[in-house]
Amino acid sequence: MVALYKVPKLSDFSPQALDRHVAELLAAVEAEAAAVKTSDTRKAFRDRWLARKGGILTQVNEWLRSAPKDIKPEVGRRVNQLKLEVEKRVEFKAQQVGKAAPESSIDISLPGIRRPIGAEHPITRTMEEIVQVFARLGYSLVEGPIVESDYYNFEALNFPLDHPARDTQDTLFLANQEGKPARERLLLRTHTSPVQIRTMEKVGPPLRILAAGKVHRNDPPDASHSPMFHQIEGLAVDSDITFGDLKGTLDHAMKALFGSQVKTSFRPSFFPFTEPSAEMFVSCFICGGTGRRGEEPCRPCKRTGWIEILGCGMVDPNVFEFVKQRGYDPEKISAFAFGMGVDRIAMLKFGLDDLQLFFQGDLRFLEQFK
Amino acid sequence: MKISPHWLRDFVDLTPSDRQIAEDLSRAGLAVEELSGEGSSTLFEMEIGTNRPDAMNHYGIAREAAAVYDLPLKSPAGENAAAGGNSPPQTATVEIDIADPEGCARYTAQLIEDIQIRPSPPFIADRLRLIDQRLINNAADASNYTLWEIGHPTHAFDLDLLAGGKIVVRRARAGELLTTLDGVERKLYPEDLIIADQNKPVALAGVMGGYDTMITDKTRNILIESAWFDPVAVRKTAKRHGLHTDASHRFERGADFAATPLACGLVTERILASGGGRLRGTLDAIARELDQAPVVLRIAQVHRLLGTKLPTHEVLSILKRLGFELVPEPVASPEFSVRIPTWRLDVEREIDLIEEIARLYGYDNFPNTLPSVRGVMIENPNLLKQRKLRSRLLSLGYNEGLSLSFIGHQDAETFSSAPVVEIANPLSDEASLMRSSLVPGMLAMMSYNLNRGTENIRLFEVGDLYQRSNGAVWERGAICLGATLSALRQGLPQGSVLDKSNAASDIDVFRALKGDIENLLSLFEHTSLAFDNQPPDYYDPTRSARVWMDGKQVAQFGPLHPEIALARKLRQKVFIAEIFTLELYAHGLREVLYRALPKFPGVERDFSFLFPESVSFEQMEGAVHAIGLAVLQSFQPVELFRGHSVPLDHYSILLRAKFQSWERTLREDEVGEYSRNIISALQGLGGIQRA
Ligand SMILES: [Zn+2]
Repeated sequence: MVALYKVPKLSDFSPQALDRHVAELLAAVEAEAAAVKTSDTRKAFRDRWLARKGGILTQVNEWLRSAPKDIKPEVGRRVNQLKLEVEKRVEFKAQQVGKAAPESSIDISLPGIRRPIGAEHPITRTMEEIVQVFARLGYSLVEGPIVESDYYNFEALNFPLDHPARDTQDTLFLANQEGKPARERLLLRTHTSPVQIRTMEKVGPPLRILAAGKVHRNDPPDASHSPMFHQIEGLAVDSDITFGDLKGTLDHAMKALFGSQVKTSFRPSFFPFTEPSAEMFVSCFICGGTGRRGEEPCRPCKRTGWIEILGCGMVDPNVFEFVKQRGYDPEKISAFAFGMGVDRIAMLKFGLDDLQLFFQGDLRFLEQFK
Repeated sequence: MKISPHWLRDFVDLTPSDRQIAEDLSRAGLAVEELSGEGSSTLFEMEIGTNRPDAMNHYGIAREAAAVYDLPLKSPAGENAAAGGNSPPQTATVEIDIADPEGCARYTAQLIEDIQIRPSPPFIADRLRLIDQRLINNAADASNYTLWEIGHPTHAFDLDLLAGGKIVVRRARAGELLTTLDGVERKLYPEDLIIADQNKPVALAGVMGGYDTMITDKTRNILIESAWFDPVAVRKTAKRHGLHTDASHRFERGADFAATPLACGLVTERILASGGGRLRGTLDAIARELDQAPVVLRIAQVHRLLGTKLPTHEVLSILKRLGFELVPEPVASPEFSVRIPTWRLDVEREIDLIEEIARLYGYDNFPNTLPSVRGVMIENPNLLKQRKLRSRLLSLGYNEGLSLSFIGHQDAETFSSAPVVEIANPLSDEASLMRSSLVPGMLAMMSYNLNRGTENIRLFEVGDLYQRSNGAVWERGAICLGATLSALRQGLPQGSVLDKSNAASDIDVFRALKGDIENLLSLFEHTSLAFDNQPPDYYDPTRSARVWMDGKQVAQFGPLHPEIALARKLRQKVFIAEIFTLELYAHGLREVLYRALPKFPGVERDFSFLFPESVSFEQMEGAVHAIGLAVLQSFQPVELFRGHSVPLDHYSILLRAKFQSWERTLREDEVGEYSRNIISALQGLGGIQRA
């Protein structure tokens, strides 16, 4: 190990002496810089030379202080120049060490340590996306019970008792209710539409609401059926709601969900609680409405280029009869309602061919949605 | 429903291609779901709504097509139609008695004698075969052909087997029996609407004929029945007997009152054409007229609801094409009285007419508009709480799962004590109850994963629980977490492991789950959070806890009881946690109030102690807090150790106290004093300070 450079006390201030001292100091800084290999020693090296307290350059100030008055300017000039020289060398070294670490480099291709992050269920995710679109249009999210009465699930939605329209719903009923009047009998809601009635009973018009949640039907599970699935229901009531408003609102929502290029088309349909009723189709967002994916026919839209996505319509005046006291007079107000199956939309969005995947909890499936 | 476009052209001269017709019909609400075949064997698979029984046949679809294309519609009655006024003089030997006018408004019958029962001629047979109908004989096929042609159900009886020359439409009597065409002997209910002869029931009205009076090879004389039965009566009768036939499907949706003579005549004509014989007489008994009142249509209402000012002539043209008539003659008035055609029982109100106008005008031809944003915002505070919990669960590494809402009796008993909600018509025994616990669904999902080789499982489900409560059903929210031992172990951060005698010990695994629960509960405002070790029976009693927030239980968690885990053949130790959101949501979300950061350095002191197993950390914490040191910032365990030099039934614990003042730097002698207080408090619990 070389003896470390120490700043000498000067007594001879002749130019030759000063030249020699400056040369010695610069030689010392160069020698020490050459020995610096790591970032740790670089810091020590830098502190030793440049630290404000006790650094070598600070000590050099002593030369100026002890110089005879008449040659102070000359010594001062040399000291300042020396400082610049030293700083230049130290900083240069610092940069060099910073650039090429002398330690061996690590393999950055090794996989990162990923802390576990949970994945939101694709149905919840789809539901939230739809809810957000309508929230921006001023719709409030409301809730209703899953175990419903016949009154809310059917009667108040204009499904009269003994009407064939009830057959399409494959209702699951609760046991042991033989003694009850028909309208009080409890069942598992077959759609989210009862929330419309429940909300209108509580809140007068105008209204913009959305209800999202589980519904149940007596459908044995298979690739496209499940006894439990999810719906989102929307309702807008006002003094001047029109069929055009229904179309415009849903067209806007579909563009927000599937991209501004999608088109919508409405076809007449039948639901007891809306009239006129419609089924809405969107241009297939998988094949872009062409009906083909390369050489293959597009399965989700059955080659038609259109996908049926929801049912909707103007609220039937008969429905308002049930909430008339709350200010819903079909002569003064009008409304539209729509309902969509979240599971089916999620299946289309994510390209699933088996509905059961949603309800098995298989992490190999769920973790794909991270 | 299968419709042949070729057959449609019997009634309307359609020039567009079959594909174009399918498209145009669909746009008018008569949905063609699929198109198959070619040329004259092209078939439409159509989906007709329950409200349109009039369109569940070829003539009905042709009528719609004529309206869509504004083309003339030809009558299905042929040149020699035997219906109505064309019938020969009445020489009836049969009497019709409508004893139940409510159930049967009209009964038309024709009697045919001396005919031959044989296979149908090729024209009839080919068309029926094309639409997948089974061929029986010329009489039954004529009835079926007419059903698919004009939609009105008819039935053929063997006239010689009807006792007493009588047809009675009445309700059944208690104890009466009827063997229906399907060979099933049925005990009739007194509410059943039936057709009887003088002695016995011979048909379930509008549902199915009787076996004993059906047409056979020996039949020579026939009675054709073409009636109008009440929708509700037919529906109830069919339902009671678990029957659903092409006839009941149409009657219960509403048949055309005016079509009974036409249907009867068409069937007769076809039987005569194929089986020889003669028409002997026609009977047409009308018990009551159907009341189809005219409907007032206001043009202003059309404009208000559809949002487009459709010209009045356009509105009137659409209605006329669909068979609606104006009474009196159309005038340029904003109000019209519209007469409803007999085949449209679904049109009763102004709104029904507006729908007809809209669908024929074409839904896609109405411009899209957006309504203004109006109406009150309805607050839903629980929704925000649920969203916060859900997002925190995701960041804690739990994946969201969804399981079905049903469980079986055994699971309900194991995992809850609540009175169960039973389903009357469940899909299976294992799904016969609404779930009273989320745990069975969670365990099923975990087991599904374990059986497929996935070991590190973290799942959660946000769901509802159901229980009976005073005859009503009570629904409440819950969240269930599930994690395998390996997942909890894997997530243990090295720095937070306490137990130094055993890497990833039960203690630290438990703490990992407890920490997740604490992280969830810390979202909510509360003053106290307490844990006890009295979990329900399905938890491992030695390693589980219940959580109380301000005196109310909000959660419970721990490993599944080993016996239950064994019975379920779970391939790994499984932990569950349940959060009762009803109780939790009674608390608001925690409001953050900023506290100034300390300007002075804090001081830490460690204490190494030996304690008997009977002393818990909670007690140490309690004893130290009881000293009342205002500057005590935290008091935490840092290390646990058992075995080696530690005596049996004891454990060694390293505790760390942090002191912090917001006013000044603490002096060495003050900290010494605090430490002595802490040491003596811990000694008071039986702790022995180690060097
Ligand atoms: Zn497609």
